[in-house]
Amino acid sequence: MKVFFTRHLQTLVGTLGRLSQQRVQTLMTVLVIGIALALPATLQVLVMNARTASGDVNRAVDLSIYLKPGTTVAQAEQLASRLRQRRDVAQVQLVKADDALKQFREQSGFSAALAALADNPLPHAVVVRPAKDFTSAAQMDSLSTEIKQLPDVDIVQLDTAWVERFNAILDAVRRGVWVVGVLLAIGVTIIVGNTIRADIQSRRAEIEITKLVGGSDAFVRRPFLYSGFWYGIGGSLLALLITLAIVALLAVPVRRLAALYGSDFRLVGLDWKNSLVLLGVGIGLGWLGSLFAASYHLRNVEPT
Amino acid sequence: MIRFDHVFKRYPNGREALLDLSLEVASGEMVFLTGHSGAGKSTLLKLIALVERPTRGQLIVNGQNVNTISRGKLPAHRRSVGMVFQDHKLLADRTVFDNVALPLIVSGVGEREIGKRVRAALDQVGLLQLEKNLPLELSTGEQQRVGIARAVVSKPPILIADEPTGNLDPELSLEVMRIFRRFSDVGVTVLIASHDLALIDRLASNSLVRRVRLETGKIIRE
Repeated sequence: MKVFFTRHLQTLVGTLGRLSQQRVQTLMTVLVIGIALALPATLQVLVMNARTASGDVNRAVDLSIYLKPGTTVAQAEQLASRLRQRRDVAQVQLVKADDALKQFREQSGFSAALAALADNPLPHAVVVRPAKDFTSAAQMDSLSTEIKQLPDVDIVQLDTAWVERFNAILDAVRRGVWVVGVLLAIGVTIIVGNTIRADIQSRRAEIEITKLVGGSDAFVRRPFLYSGFWYGIGGSLLALLITLAIVALLAVPVRRLAALYGSDFRLVGLDWKNSLVLLGVGIGLGWLGSLFAASYHLRNVEPT
Repeated sequence: MIRFDHVFKRYPNGREALLDLSLEVASGEMVFLTGHSGAGKSTLLKLIALVERPTRGQLIVNGQNVNTISRGKLPAHRRSVGMVFQDHKLLADRTVFDNVALPLIVSGVGEREIGKRVRAALDQVGLLQLEKNLPLELSTGEQQRVGIARAVVSKPPILIADEPTGNLDPELSLEVMRIFRRFSDVGVTVLIASHDLALIDRLASNSLVRRVRLETGKIIRE
């Protein structure tokens, strides 16, 4: 058993040594794998960030409720306190018609024109901010429907349509990331397989001799599997670096863009969990590619 | 130890290499296969090592019918047959030690045991001091002796050699043949294909050797 592990360790280190001898070819393969893995990884990071960003926006969406003309202040206050008791409402602000007019007069610059009005054309309004866990589009929808059925309520304004559209686009993009990811995974498997095939060709004599002295198929295959392992590790580490670099490059412009919208949103890179997933996927694909190639091509290398 | 029983071998290209060949070699025997190139000497050896399989007939090696040896059992069979080649078939990028150690590594022998056995094998062919050299730093004769050390390092009961002295001068050839003779003396069954009749005569002058002459896939004289 000890011999078995020693051999595996030797092969592991030995293949790394051999790969470092063929530096250019190894580098090329790792580079191609790295780029192929970095593409879906980066897309995934961007989609994740976009979802966080749209979540922020979602949370900021308030409901504006306009009461029927002629509703008294007492009735408005009653409605507001009723809304405050709701579980799915975080904050309720009553904007009385008079206050609204005053504010409008001060801010709009139409004070002279407004002064000409005999009475206040503005209704009372209530601004409702939904509770944190009730901000999904469906929940917002049902909240607005329920409010609309309350007495004295005239109009409920809810501008989530664009958020919904944005989320729909994100869902489509996310699916796209999967498709791209699967295609590139197949690509990586083929790249590794092709490299291993070339490697087998160039080491034909060695393989034949090993088989002549009684090396089993598994023994002959082992170094190629470890090569695939190293290609996978190298490629996914490179993909991690590329993703990191892209996030770093985008961080500053994205923060500036967010600031323009009054948000303190920041671009977040791959967390350690996703990094491990990327590493695992890379190693798995490297191993798989070499397993396919080695199992297939080594059958044809027989001593003559 | 080895028994050919009406063995035929036809290659995919249609060439008939062995035609109804029967031969029995006892344990510890030393047999020279002679004949022109193309007579079937190499094919006969390849069948023993299962590099090729008989088209027809039975071949028993080491008590086992080779027709029943599956692909998975092939490595185990080859470990019981030491092979020496005219072109040595050494790995150019590995030291003499590593080349000789290869049969032990593939059969999972432990590190310390490998060191002991490789040095014993190198000692038997007189190359102990060259273990750290690469094959290409050695003379042809020395390379051939490395090949022999590799063939015997795992102490196989059978040793086969295809033109082992093809590239050597007469003195070196005799030396190499004497090495084979020593293995035969300790009970290893040795088959050597060679067309160097003069060499075999010199070796035969002080001991008995069995000679089998092949021509167009048949044994014509023993």
